[in-house]
Amino acid sequence: MNIHLQLDIARADFDVSVNVQLPAHGITVIYGPSGCGKTTLLRCVAGLEPKARGVVQLGHEVWQDDSQHVRLPTHQRALGYVFQEASLFDHLDVAGNLTYGHQRAERNNRNAMSQAVVQQTIELLGIGHLLKRRSHELSGGERQRVAIARALVTQPRLLLLDEPLAALDHARKQEVLPWLEKLRDDLNIPMLYVTHAVDEVARLADTLVVMNQGRVQANGPVAEVLTQTDLPVVVGEDAGALLTGIVLNIDTQWHLAQVGFAGGALWVRDSGLSVGQTVRLRVLARDVSVTLQQATHTSIQNHVPCVVDAITPESHPSQMLLRLRCGDSVLLARVTARGVHELGLQVGMPAWAQVKSVALVK
Amino acid sequence: MYLSAEDFQAISLTLQLASVTTVLLLLLATPVAWWLAHTRSVWRAPVASLVALPLVLPPTVLGFYLLVALGPNGPIGQLTQWAGWGTLAFSFWGLVLGSVVYSLPFAVQPLVNAFEAMGPRPMEVAATLRASQWDAFFTVAVPLAKPGFVMAAMLSFAHTVGEFGVVLMIGGNIPDTTRVVSTQIYGHVEAMEYSQAHGLAGVMLVFSFVVLLGLSWFNHRSDQHKKVGA
Repeated sequence: MNIHLQLDIARADFDVSVNVQLPAHGITVIYGPSGCGKTTLLRCVAGLEPKARGVVQLGHEVWQDDSQHVRLPTHQRALGYVFQEASLFDHLDVAGNLTYGHQRAERNNRNAMSQAVVQQTIELLGIGHLLKRRSHELSGGERQRVAIARALVTQPRLLLLDEPLAALDHARKQEVLPWLEKLRDDLNIPMLYVTHAVDEVARLADTLVVMNQGRVQANGPVAEVLTQTDLPVVVGEDAGALLTGIVLNIDTQWHLAQVGFAGGALWVRDSGLSVGQTVRLRVLARDVSVTLQQATHTSIQNHVPCVVDAITPESHPSQMLLRLRCGDSVLLARVTARGVHELGLQVGMPAWAQVKSVALVK
Repeated sequence: MYLSAEDFQAISLTLQLASVTTVLLLLLATPVAWWLAHTRSVWRAPVASLVALPLVLPPTVLGFYLLVALGPNGPIGQLTQWAGWGTLAFSFWGLVLGSVVYSLPFAVQPLVNAFEAMGPRPMEVAATLRASQWDAFFTVAVPLAKPGFVMAAMLSFAHTVGEFGVVLMIGGNIPDTTRVVSTQIYGHVEAMEYSQAHGLAGVMLVFSFVVLLGLSWFNHRSDQHKKVGA
């Protein structure tokens, strides 16, 4: 099953025009700079932009198809929407906010949704102790968790999240992120997640859509899109690869854990990992260098055999971005142009990637 | 200082007039204010000015036009005659109509402010929670705009109690039908009955002060609440 979005809407600065097929599972992150039209796109999916024209289709369920004069109003689309500011209803307490959507969804569907859904959601987001509170008696993180729960108890077929963490400070962000990961892993609801923060992409995305100036620049599995060296999102300080792997070994003496991924293995800091656990690793391009032979006398622990896949000049003439294929995975390396010249690196050459540092994103 | 039976009659009539006017005004002002708060139409400014007109127009001018309109040859007069109600000039319902027009800005403006302060977000949130427009209006917009409704009701009521010029023009000063407190005071003064005028005037003074005090307490309270919520 797919989500098909084909939408056009005119804005004062530029037109947003999008045509994408997205998987109807996991988290699809819509990423791009501020004002690139990603929030507008999300609002179009929800039917909140009356001027949007096109198609919004979820599997066989058509929410909008202007060529067929089909256009369900927002309240008839089985979606959940989490806004940037939690936007809880001030005149209701937390329980009232949750019941508001639940009752109406039940009425519209004409089938009794069990109260158990509400109870499960309250437990899933850990808000049981907040039910009698009003919006102004909650912290920013709590408010956002309630807003997510409120969207979920309507049992949506699609969950839309518009920068749900942007209004929170770092500590509150770290408080909400694990709950979002839990939703992704525990629930079978596809999510469209808008953000301009790379760390949220690394941590949450299964699929990544990159937007700029109202257009989609790339769309695909997150690990692939993040290593497309011709994308502006990839180039820059945050350029780096994302690997998904499984913990193979724990070295208790040196507090390291070995994570195997499709194409090799890396030692990472052991922060309480257990063997068999699935983890995500972020390897920044600036932390990867290249040697032709496996280096021996070096403090760097991680050496991965690879093949040079692409060599791209960077904005500064001294720098080059290398795409390295390691088995089924891809790493990026930022190196100097002189280094590339001295090693005689060319596309197709075998080499070794030396990884100085790996960040565990989950 | 004592109040005569006529004085009490005038007070009772004033309260009836103000109550009926307030109820009608809230019903009329709510859709007008909602439209003014949300429309981007070119008609917004003209309609807003029209609604605010009673603020600046001398009550006698307003009363004069209403008198003409309500009279046997006026458009409203012809309509009411056609409907079999006779003419409304010099009747209680004529006063109600005049009061509604006269106090309209006092009901519309607080509601426009309340709806604008609310912004479009709560209605959007309600729509994503499966509420239709009407449902969302009554279950989200009205409760959130409650301070605006309270303010509109209090101002409409108080302003109607205090009107004089319009009442005099279209109501005359008929005991038990159109003689309200303000025209009764006027009558007392004309008749040199200063002690009776004092009595009624004192009642009005206390009433007005209490309304304003109540409003300021209410505003203070809802401001406090907003600060905590922000």
